[in-house]
Amino acid sequence: MKIAVASGKGGTGKTTVAVSLALSVPDAQLVDADAEEPNCHLFLRPSIQRTIPVYMMVPHVDLTKCDFCRKCADFCAFNALAVVKEQVLVFPELCHGCTGCVYVCPREAIVARQRQIGEVEIGAARGMVFIQGRLKPTEPSAVRIVREEIAQIDPKGGPAIIDASPGTACAVQDTIGQSQFCLLVTEPTPFGLHDLKMAMDVAQELGVPSGVVINRNGARDSIIEDECRKRNIPVLLKIPFDRRVAEAYSRGQPLVDAFPEWRESLRSLYREIERRVMT
Amino acid sequence: MKIAVTSTGSDLDAQIDPRFGRAQYLLIIDVESYEVEAIENPNIAAGGGAGIQTSQLVVDRGAEAVLTGNCGPNAFRTLAAAGLKIYTGLNGSVREAVESLKSGELTPTEGPSVPGHFGSSG
Repeated sequence: MKIAVASGKGGTGKTTVAVSLALSVPDAQLVDADAEEPNCHLFLRPSIQRTIPVYMMVPHVDLTKCDFCRKCADFCAFNALAVVKEQVLVFPELCHGCTGCVYVCPREAIVARQRQIGEVEIGAARGMVFIQGRLKPTEPSAVRIVREEIAQIDPKGGPAIIDASPGTACAVQDTIGQSQFCLLVTEPTPFGLHDLKMAMDVAQELGVPSGVVINRNGARDSIIEDECRKRNIPVLLKIPFDRRVAEAYSRGQPLVDAFPEWRESLRSLYREIERRVMT
Repeated sequence: MKIAVTSTGSDLDAQIDPRFGRAQYLLIIDVESYEVEAIENPNIAAGGGAGIQTSQLVVDRGAEAVLTGNCGPNAFRTLAAAGLKIYTGLNGSVREAVESLKSGELTPTEGPSVPGHFGSSG
């Protein structure tokens, strides 16, 4: 089973929940899919055993074959190609790697070359499978990295807990879409609620069941619960606001190491997710 | 000579639109006769690459120069590849901009005036 841990808003506690959930469930596989700034390793100090490079295509145009018919530029939904006055311009950062231009070119003038956009690291941490992606700085899209990470999950292994990136962009949609359950970690603030709603919309659109963890729970938590009630999405766990939780985090200490009493709550959370996925 | 001017409206008295790729209108203007072809920009809501598409459009219409407020790196590269002169920093009405070009007051820009995604809201 694959569980995506997402949030919409950044800094709500995705990593706190993902790491401690993985540490509380036997044989878990922890996947850090926030490839722009992976941070689960700070809490788990994994040993990396292999590194898989991840590539993205770049269209390369052979101008001796090209007759500037523009079929490639017209086909490209992302405007990564332009044909102006007997020149073909390629904008690699806009290319999504579909290779459509290669196929539509009637003169076979385009070939797909590759450039490395990052890598996936696979190793072990405290008896768990540990997978993390790293997108190279300046590369705009982590989608290919996230897909490679998910492909590396051992299908015969235990549950995969996937720490998604913040926001609701393509890489997050891919993470949620490939999971059986989406755990949404939020905080009871207007910003938390605003971005939570967007993340809820994504999960709903993709047909992935979701549940909510309210972190830094305090007096104003009703705004989250009201929204959950309205959408019939369960609140599965509340983590109260506690300065000591933040202190443990700042030392790189997982929640369940600093406060072992949370282990049982996270196990019940996992059992509840399992129950909801199975039925 | 035909030029392309980014505009908030469809005639010469409209204001310059400071965005290039996502300008509301592109006015293709014959600088001798002041004949105007107004094009509603189809790329306003493009997901990405609006500057590239808008460049392609003005090149196809035979413009030899572009007058606008700002021009990002991808649009600049596309327009420059097609040999167009790019004038940025313009404001006021389209007519005033055309007149200042004709009187020789303007100097073409040598590089993009803003970073990418400048004219997109998201």
